[in-house]
Amino acid sequence: MQYHTPATFEDAAKIAFDAQGITRFLAGGTDVLVQLRSDLVEPDTLIDVKKIEGTNNITKNADGSWTLGVAVSGAEMSEHPELGNDWPGLVEAMDLIGSTQVQGRATLTGNLCNGSPAADSVPVMFATGATVSVTGPDGTREVAVEDIPAGPGKTNLAKGELVSAIHIPPRGQGGGDAYLRFIPRTEMDIAVVGCGVNLRVDGDTITEARIALGAVAPTVVLVPDAAAAIVGTKLDDAALDALAAAASAACNPIDDKRGTVEFRTHVAGVLAKRAAKIAYDRAKG
Amino acid sequence: MALDSQKTEGFKQIGTRPDRPDGVDKVTGRARFGADMTAPGMLWGVIVRSPHAHARIVKIDTSKAEAMEGVKAVVTRADFSDAITPAPGMRGEMWNVLENVMADEKALYDGHAVAAVAATSQLAARDAAKAITVQYEVLPHVTDVDKAMEDGAPVIRDGTAEASVPEGMHPNVVRYHESGQGDLDAGFAAADLVIEETFKTEATHQGYIEPHACLATLGGDGKGELWCCTQGHWNVQKVCAALLGLETSQLRVTASEIGGGFGGKTAVFIEPVALALSRKANKPVKLVMTRSEVFRSTGPTASTSMDVKIGMTKDGTITAAQGIFRCQGGAFPGAPMEFTAMCSFAPYNLKAVKQIGYDVMTNRPKQAAYRAPGSPMAAFAVESVIDELCNKLGLDPIDTRLKNASREGTQANFGPKWDRIGLVETLEAAKAHPHYATPLKPGQGRGISCGFWFNHGGETAVMLALSEDGTAQLAVGTPDIGGSRASMAMMAAEELGIPYENVRCTIADTASLGYNEISHGSRVTYASGLATIEAARDAVKKLCARAAAKWGIPEDAVKWEDGCAVPSGPNAGDHDPLPLAKITAKMGATGGPIVGHFEATPEGAGVSFATHIVDAEVDQETGKTNVSRYTVVQDAGKAIHPTYVEGQFQGGAAQGIGWALNEEYIYGEDGRLQNAGFLDYRIPVASDLPMIDTVIVEVPNPGHPYGVRGVGETSICPPLAAIANAVSNAAGVRLKQLPMSPPRILKALGKHG
Repeated sequence: MQYHTPATFEDAAKIAFDAQGITRFLAGGTDVLVQLRSDLVEPDTLIDVKKIEGTNNITKNADGSWTLGVAVSGAEMSEHPELGNDWPGLVEAMDLIGSTQVQGRATLTGNLCNGSPAADSVPVMFATGATVSVTGPDGTREVAVEDIPAGPGKTNLAKGELVSAIHIPPRGQGGGDAYLRFIPRTEMDIAVVGCGVNLRVDGDTITEARIALGAVAPTVVLVPDAAAAIVGTKLDDAALDALAAAASAACNPIDDKRGTVEFRTHVAGVLAKRAAKIAYDRAKG
Repeated sequence: MALDSQKTEGFKQIGTRPDRPDGVDKVTGRARFGADMTAPGMLWGVIVRSPHAHARIVKIDTSKAEAMEGVKAVVTRADFSDAITPAPGMRGEMWNVLENVMADEKALYDGHAVAAVAATSQLAARDAAKAITVQYEVLPHVTDVDKAMEDGAPVIRDGTAEASVPEGMHPNVVRYHESGQGDLDAGFAAADLVIEETFKTEATHQGYIEPHACLATLGGDGKGELWCCTQGHWNVQKVCAALLGLETSQLRVTASEIGGGFGGKTAVFIEPVALALSRKANKPVKLVMTRSEVFRSTGPTASTSMDVKIGMTKDGTITAAQGIFRCQGGAFPGAPMEFTAMCSFAPYNLKAVKQIGYDVMTNRPKQAAYRAPGSPMAAFAVESVIDELCNKLGLDPIDTRLKNASREGTQANFGPKWDRIGLVETLEAAKAHPHYATPLKPGQGRGISCGFWFNHGGETAVMLALSEDGTAQLAVGTPDIGGSRASMAMMAAEELGIPYENVRCTIADTASLGYNEISHGSRVTYASGLATIEAARDAVKKLCARAAAKWGIPEDAVKWEDGCAVPSGPNAGDHDPLPLAKITAKMGATGGPIVGHFEATPEGAGVSFATHIVDAEVDQETGKTNVSRYTVVQDAGKAIHPTYVEGQFQGGAAQGIGWALNEEYIYGEDGRLQNAGFLDYRIPVASDLPMIDTVIVEVPNPGHPYGVRGVGETSICPPLAAIANAVSNAAGVRLKQLPMSPPRILKALGKHG
């Protein structure tokens, strides 16, 4: 196994592009090291991106948008004085992952690139309209976050490409976000269903919404029909029922050790309603 | 029968709550657990395990592994004793243990050991294990208890069934139990309401946080040393000696500090393998299980399928009861179905009762004891039906249980007459507890259940050696799995009349004491406690003799009071009290070391009953349960160190909450275990649990000098039923299958599908 600590994303991309066999990028390591230790994968090349300058920075840009370095941990997000005011749902989603110890290492980027449909931070990232910078052998491009996951454990990143930053849009006026997941316990568990909601209101009326579901399909999915069900409404009971129906209709889950098809489909609707109420209350301030 | 010398009050030490003697070691990391030991020249062992639920082992090719750098030994079944042959009918417990430790002709479950390798590093051993190629012929498998009994189910091992198994049953049914009394038909006919239901529970693992680990050294001369994490090192010594063809006394076994056992560390898994590797490599070998190996290859408890039928009159009198209990214990005989059957109706005074148990083999790991093995499942089925009867007849669940409760002199459902027991006292304490009077909030349900466990005595040896400075070294042979070193030190201090801090209790190795049975059956505070008291009394007798000699009076003219020898009466003469330390300071010159002994198999372990009260609420939209309040009421006979007793009560309730709500062995269609890790084998985390309130009831056990009853196991008997009753009452629908996971509850609520 070759272990690299490149100083730039360009170098990291080059090492990855030239590598043979299995390559893994290492940020917090809360997925990669677990897979390594439990003998699921033995990478030939391990590229640690934490040494690249700026990867621990959380930056609020002049237009109100946010740029998060790829090694920013969940704990750093939770303890940031302003990020959680703009995007409480995103910060809460990240904070649900693992234990206090895991929070000191785990990253949004790792959660996205691990490719799990159950990743807690990803549905709300979809909902915020986040983008990521992708650096590869041909330079850096910006990609919508929902274009990254390809299936369980897979991304659409090409050989030699890696995520080099995460961009969260400006919060703006009248916005609110939320994330809820269902687990059989109270913490330290993996989502059986997850739902991220981001919306904007004008007075009491919802003017924009983005809703995404986790753990109900091979990837986290954006559900435009669920968003359409509440846009133009005051989130009355009829809108909530339509939202739940649209969320359930978007599910394409599997039966597995964590839940049944029926359970996931039903609970997706329940969580969509509950998360939308939280986001709506936050948007109204 | 009561002991003449029983003392249940007026204690100086008993019932206080001193600091635990192992506390500093554990919080500083100084305590040495199974994997903490190393030796010069030590090798690392790794075990190769079957990926198949049932397969014939055609060929094992170890040549590639043996040629790898750093590899010092490879063992298969051929490296164990060939003197162990199956007893007639393919039985014999030692043969079953060997078969489980290392497969012979067939792999019987996913995770069954088939070979092992020792190498100079953990990584080299892991790589070498991957290089061992095993050719399997995959066979049909079965993992479900009901399916394993059906016609046409794959036969795990033909000819294993005992003669008691009724004709015509599937060969996977290997043992049968039947007991009871009275006229069932007349009893059911006299009932105003009869309810009959079927219940199922899944296998659950003991979930101890420390995986099995050992360090073994065995030479060609047949002399060995073994350090291991176990609940009973004399048993490890006996089993390992047999499996490797050694003389028992040539193998010295030392028990490490133990990170949880709950019954699961009463069995032997990796120790004989480490010894076989060590013998072959002529070097010490360390073996440490991964968590996945713990789940796949050590004993969970049995899974069950149960039919219970109970008849009741309108006033709450049970007129008849019948239970059929099918227990699956993996690919070996031994599922605790007779305990399931006998514990089922033990709390109740029944004129007509019958219980039947079946021990069924499947392609799963060999079940191991788990806290009151077999009893919690029986209570789940029986107490659910009683709850349903109370609901339908509009009866109070505690009053109904009191009306039918077993008392001293009642003939038990499985035959004997009860001695002094404390069930009624636990029910009355539960009824009087503020919890029971608190109104439920909307959406909440309340559940009550009783539970019963036998408790056990067993072979026990203790030695108490006094030091010159008047302190005491207490050597016991039962690994401390629940705070026993504190309790033993307190009992010794009580008898000797010296401070608790002046007694150091250690767990002796197998070379230092006579045979001690495993720390199981809630026996330690009872049996090692009794032995400690008797050993201290033996030492006291010797101390009195020294004082008598000094004073020139007969030995029986001296008695022991508050840590001093004193004349027993005016006729014995006028002598100042002689403190213990003054006697021990001169003991070398007055007759030599003073040591108290006790060796026996005490048989007066008093049974124990408990009553639990649970409040739960169910999210009607997601099926998720929250246990909002929990109260444990249990008879401890006499609580030596009440904090540890409360800890045992709370621990049983906590494990019961996991078992009831989320824990389960999940097998795929391929017969492989799908959740061999703590992410998907969901034990409760701290935030899943309410504060668990405890009430210690003390109805003295006539068979212990201070009245102690074991408390470690009874606490897990009522939770499954108490929680199921609370959840069923909250949800408005009877839950008859464990775990009551959210998908299962939502389905029962009819909310989808």
